[in-house]
Amino acid sequence: MTLPLGDLVAIIPELIVATVACLVLVLDPITPPSRTHWLAWLSVASLVACFGITVSRMDATVTAFSDLMILDPYAGYWKLLLYVVTALTILLSLAYLRVERIHLGEYYGLILLSLAGMMIMVSAADLLVIYLGTELMSLSLYVLAGFKRFEVRSLEASAKYFVLGSFSSGILLYGISLLFGVAGSTRLSAIAAAVGTHGLDDPALLFAMILLVVGFGFKIAVVPFHMWTPDVYEGSPTSVTAFMAVASKAASFAAFLRVFLEGLGGLREKWYALFLVICVATLILGNVVAIVQTNIKRMLAYSSIAHAGYALIGVVVAGQAAADNETRALGLSSVMLYLAMYAFMTFGAFAVVALLRKGGLEGEEIEDFTGLAKRQPLAALLMLVFMVSLAGIPPTAGFIGKLYVFMAAVNAGLTWLAVVAVLLTAVSAYYYLRVVMVMYMREPDPSAGLVSRLTTSPALTLVLASAFAGVILLGLFPDPLVSITTSAVLPFK
Amino acid sequence: MANEAVPLNYIPILLFMAIVVAFAVISLLIGSIARPSHPYPAKLTPYESGSPLFSDARVPFPMRYYIIAMLFVIFDIEFVFLFPWAVGFKQLGLLGLLEMGLFIGILLVGYWYAWKKGALEWE
Amino acid sequence: MVPVFFSYFSLVSILAGVLTVALPNPVHCGLALLTLLLHVAGLFLLLNAEFLFVIQIIVYAGAIVVLYLFVLMLLNLKTDERVLHHRYAVILVAAAAICGGLLLMALRSPFQGAKGHAPVEAVLQDGGSYAIGITIFNEYLLQFEIVGVFLLGAIIGAIVLAKTPTAVDVEPE
Repeated sequence: MTLPLGDLVAIIPELIVATVACLVLVLDPITPPSRTHWLAWLSVASLVACFGITVSRMDATVTAFSDLMILDPYAGYWKLLLYVVTALTILLSLAYLRVERIHLGEYYGLILLSLAGMMIMVSAADLLVIYLGTELMSLSLYVLAGFKRFEVRSLEASAKYFVLGSFSSGILLYGISLLFGVAGSTRLSAIAAAVGTHGLDDPALLFAMILLVVGFGFKIAVVPFHMWTPDVYEGSPTSVTAFMAVASKAASFAAFLRVFLEGLGGLREKWYALFLVICVATLILGNVVAIVQTNIKRMLAYSSIAHAGYALIGVVVAGQAAADNETRALGLSSVMLYLAMYAFMTFGAFAVVALLRKGGLEGEEIEDFTGLAKRQPLAALLMLVFMVSLAGIPPTAGFIGKLYVFMAAVNAGLTWLAVVAVLLTAVSAYYYLRVVMVMYMREPDPSAGLVSRLTTSPALTLVLASAFAGVILLGLFPDPLVSITTSAVLPFK
Repeated sequence: MANEAVPLNYIPILLFMAIVVAFAVISLLIGSIARPSHPYPAKLTPYESGSPLFSDARVPFPMRYYIIAMLFVIFDIEFVFLFPWAVGFKQLGLLGLLEMGLFIGILLVGYWYAWKKGALEWE
Repeated sequence: MVPVFFSYFSLVSILAGVLTVALPNPVHCGLALLTLLLHVAGLFLLLNAEFLFVIQIIVYAGAIVVLYLFVLMLLNLKTDERVLHHRYAVILVAAAAICGGLLLMALRSPFQGAKGHAPVEAVLQDGGSYAIGITIFNEYLLQFEIVGVFLLGAIIGAIVLAKTPTAVDVEPE
C-alpha cells in the first residue's frame, strides 16, 4: 500500500479549504481582536486559489480514492458557485459581524469547514461520503446559526436547526443503510447496478428512496419538510442566513441530483411523481405564505422555499422517464442555471438587509424600509434590483433563470406545470414589489426613529457590487453561463 | 447462523452478569424482608446533619461540567479510532502512521483551540 | 440459544426505547436510554461485532449517557413537565401506522441483502478490531479523515456555543 498521491492531488481544493480552516482555528486564539479581519482575508485568499485550481480542471473528469470522489465538470461548476458565495459571505461578514459585536475568528473557520463539507458533498460518488459531507456542512451551520449567543432568537434558531437537522440526517442515514443492505455497497455506481438488477418492484428500494427524499427534502427545504426554514433564517445572523439560503441549498441540490440521477436513476419513474407533487406544493405554499410575512427575513425564507420549488421543476424534467436524454439534460442544466441566478439575487437581498440598521439593531421588519429611497437612494436601488430579479422580471438574472426552467418544462411536455409556476410567479411579484413600494412610494416617518446609518465598508461595497453585477450581467448576457451549465451536466445513460 | 459464529467467549461474562444481578436482587430482597419497617415523616426527610433542610438538593449544575463532558466525548471517539489502528499497526505500516498522524493533527487543532480559549480551565 | 438472546435483547431495546420518551421523570428517561444502549450492545455481540460492542458500552453507555445526565442536571427539569401530551396521541397512532407500513414494505422485499465479502470465520481468526482497523485505514481512509475534520468542528462548536456568552467589542480599524 502506497501513499495515494494522485488521489491527494485530485482533491487539492478540498485540502486547501480544510487546511486553511484549521489554520484559522489555530491562529484565532493568538490573534488580537483588532486583527481578526486578517483571518477573513486569509480565507478569501484561499478561496481565490481554489477557484483558480478548479477552473483549470473544469474539463477533466477524474475519480479519486477508488471512486469515492468524482471530480467532473458537474462538481466543478457547483464548487465555483460555492467559492463565490463563500467569498461574498466572508466579505459581508467583515462589516456585519463588527456591528453585531460578534466578530470572532472562529466564524471564518466554521464557514470554511462548512464549505469543505459542501465541496465533499458535490463531488462525492459514495453515499457515506455524501452523508459525512452533509454532516460537516450542517454541524458548522448549526453553530453559526447560534453565533449571536446573547440573543435568544439566535440560540432558538440554532437549537431548532440542530434538532430538525439531526432528525433529517438520521432519516437520510436509514435510507443509506437500507440501500447498503440491498446493494452491498454505498457507491452510487453499485447502487445503480443493484437498481438495474432488482428492478422497480423491490419494496426495500422504494422504502430507501422515500427515506432519501425525506432526508434531502429537509436539506433543500421543500414542502412538507420546510418548517424549520423561517425560524432559522429569521433568528440566525443575517450573513449566516445568506450563506445558508444560498450555499447550503446549492450544495444539497447538487448532491441530491447526483444521488437521484446517478444512483437511483433507474427508479426515476417512481420518484418522478413524488417530486412533481412536492414541487407543486412547494411552489404554492412558498409563494402564498410569503405574502403575509411582515419580517423581511421570514419573507425571504418563504421566497427561498418557493425558489427551491422552481428549481425542482428542472429536477422533475430531468427525472421524466418518457423523455429523451436531451430533454432531461436541459432540465438538469436549467436547475444548475437557476440556482446560480438565485444565489446572486438572494445573496444581494440579504446583504442589503444586513447593512440596514434601526437604532443600532437590525432593521428586519418590512416597515423599516419605509421611505428608504429618500434616506438611502443607493441601498434602495440595489434592493429594487434584487426584488425585481427575485420576482423574475426582465432584464434581470431571475427572469433568465425562470425562463430556462419553464422552457425545459414546456419542452418536456409539462406545459401545465409551467403555467402553474408562471401564475405563482405573478403572485410572488406582489410580495416582492410590496418591498419596493414601501421603499419608494412612502415618505419616511421621522418619528419612527429610523436611523439612516448604514454599515458600509469597502468589503461590503464589493459584495453589493458583485451581487448587483451578477444579477444584471447574467440577466443581459446569460449565454456564457448557459453554455457552461450545458457542458457540465451529469452524463445521462 | 452457524454454530461457531456464536460468541462463546462471552458465556462466562454472561454468567458473571447473572450472578451480579442475582446478588443485587437477592440482597435487597432479604433486606426488605428482614428489616423492620416503621416509617414516619421525620424519618423520611433527607439527612442534613440533623438540621432542617436549607434548600432543594436539585440545584442546576454549572455549565462547565457540560463543556468538560462534551470534550470528553469527542476525545473518547478519537480513542475509539486509535484502538483498531494500534491492533493492525504492523500491517498498516508507515501509511497507517501518516493517516493517524493526520487525524490526531486535526484534533490537536481542536485541543489547541480549547486550551487557548480556556475551555479546559475550571473557572 | 441465539434466537433466545436475540429476542431478549431486541424486545428489551424496543421497550427501553419507548420508556426513554414516555417516562415522566427525565432522569428515569436517561436510565431507560442506558438500558437501551446496553441491550443494543448485546445485539452487536450476537453479530460477532465485538469491537462495536465495546465501543457501544464505552462511548454511548459511558460517555454520552453521562453527558445527557449532566445536561439534565443543568436544565434541572421538573418531573411534572411531561413531554408526551395526550392530545398528540393521534399523531402517534399515525406515525406508528406509517412506520409499520414502511417496515412491512421492507420485509416484503424479495431481496435478502448482499453478503459481505468477509466470512465470519476469517474475521474471527484475527479478531474483529484487527479486521476493522485494516478496513478503516485502507478502504475507508477518506471517510476516516473527514470524520477527523467533523470532530474538529464539533469541538469548536461546543466551545463557541458554551463559552463567552457576551458581545465582543472591537476597536475600529
